[in-house]
Amino acid sequence: MRRIIHLVGLLALPIIVSGCSDMGVKPWERDVLAQQEMNLISDPLESSLDDHIYFSKEASSGGQGFGGGGCGCN
Amino acid sequence: MADKDLEVVAVAVTKKTHKNRELAQLLTAASCALIGGLSQGANAADSWDVDSAFLLYSESDGRVSAAEPVISATKNFDEETKLTFKIAADTLTGASPNGATASDHVQTFTSPSGKGSYNAAAGEQPLDDTFKDTRIALSTNWAAPINRDWAYGVGGYLSKEHDYQSLGLNGSLSRYLNQKNTTLTLGLNLSNDTANPEGGVPTGLVQVPLSSSDSEFTQRSDAENKNLVDVLFGVTQVINRSTIMQFNYALSTSSGYLTDPYKILSVIDDNAGANFGGNFQSSGRDLYLYEKRPDSRLKQSIYWQTKHQFENDNILDVSYRYMFDDWGVNSHTIDAKYRFRFDNQYLEPQLRWYTQSKADFYHRYLNSSDYTSTDFASADYRLGDLDTYTLGLKYGYKFADETEFYTRFSLYHQESSGDKGYGKLTTQELYPGLDAAMLILGYKF
Repeated sequence: MRRIIHLVGLLALPIIVSGCSDMGVKPWERDVLAQQEMNLISDPLESSLDDHIYFSKEASSGGQGFGGGGCGCN
Repeated sequence: MADKDLEVVAVAVTKKTHKNRELAQLLTAASCALIGGLSQGANAADSWDVDSAFLLYSESDGRVSAAEPVISATKNFDEETKLTFKIAADTLTGASPNGATASDHVQTFTSPSGKGSYNAAAGEQPLDDTFKDTRIALSTNWAAPINRDWAYGVGGYLSKEHDYQSLGLNGSLSRYLNQKNTTLTLGLNLSNDTANPEGGVPTGLVQVPLSSSDSEFTQRSDAENKNLVDVLFGVTQVINRSTIMQFNYALSTSSGYLTDPYKILSVIDDNAGANFGGNFQSSGRDLYLYEKRPDSRLKQSIYWQTKHQFENDNILDVSYRYMFDDWGVNSHTIDAKYRFRFDNQYLEPQLRWYTQSKADFYHRYLNSSDYTSTDFASADYRLGDLDTYTLGLKYGYKFADETEFYTRFSLYHQESSGDKGYGKLTTQELYPGLDAAMLILGYKF
């Protein structure tokens, strides 16, 4: 199972990177994405509080960033 | 003021002077006005943004409750160059499950310090009510461009509790491609943590002694270390004018003392007889062992996030994470947020679902016939089969001066499951659930 996931990940990467060159917008079409609400992490403090709670209550952490950690709560 | 200068110049240009000298003077004035305007813009960016929030967290049945104020200040040198300082404090009080099973009689447990004891009534989940902590965390981060195509960030953090310290450094490097529509990011995080538990570091899989005068206590070391290395590789892609997507792969290794010094396991009697499924006796009392985890862990995760803005300006934010590690834990997380936007307000329902499979060494209890041959064991429900659900609603208001207030209320529910035991144990609730409520108040200015 793990091997398959590794393989799929490795195969997907170049497709993602090369396929991406067709996507996207021109510099003058960035009005919507430039909105603060469209940042992938639009509320860093809210995200860090959530990360802290889930880190101390579950066996997984991180993914989006390094996430949680730095505490003796787990 | 710069705008006014430009206006004057523009009006002057429309007067169509025929003399070259005058034109040159006007152009000079225009470029000066433009540069003046630009630098004024840069000054406007040279400002502080403050982000503050307060979290209240409370579990049902008088378990843990926490309060956490956090404030961060960002100095913007220009659009992409920023310095951030953050300070967070949290206080925890309440009771936490110690790992032992409920029993048909009153159970007495030695407190972590060995200087006292606490009880669990018959049929009740044993909770350690000596649990209390205050934590202070400081962090700082610097982010800046290297040139048109590259950017970097560096940061550090420090956190301190009375029984735990963590010191970390991190860095990231980003490469922009396809007119900044694609960003490749490589991040590295190093951390060194020290645990100095109350009563010292207990010996794993050894019987919990009656008090601190026991020889197990006197031979304990005061502190143990653990080291963490996290590497993250990410691709961020602009899909179209209103959609952005991210794909991350993260690798995280921890080595050293990964055991929870306050968690224990019950040993259950599996000899046929009157006590089948009851607490196993050793040295004339119920037998509890300190838990013991392997001294290394390798976690890997893939993370995908998409954010899309609809024609009506509402925003959908969806993410999925798959995590697996060499302890045997696999987990799936789906997080979805939908923001309804009104003029200067918004309402955002949030939904999160999480499921994990147990670690190989997770045991709800150990058996009297084979506990001596166990290498690693933990009854920490956070390493068991677990499903969790979070339901939240966020409301925000943006003031005319661009400051923003928001509040969020969420409910968090946990459900554990696993082996139901045998004999007397089957009448006990081995996997009680947990409900918690969270309230966040935030203000950005």
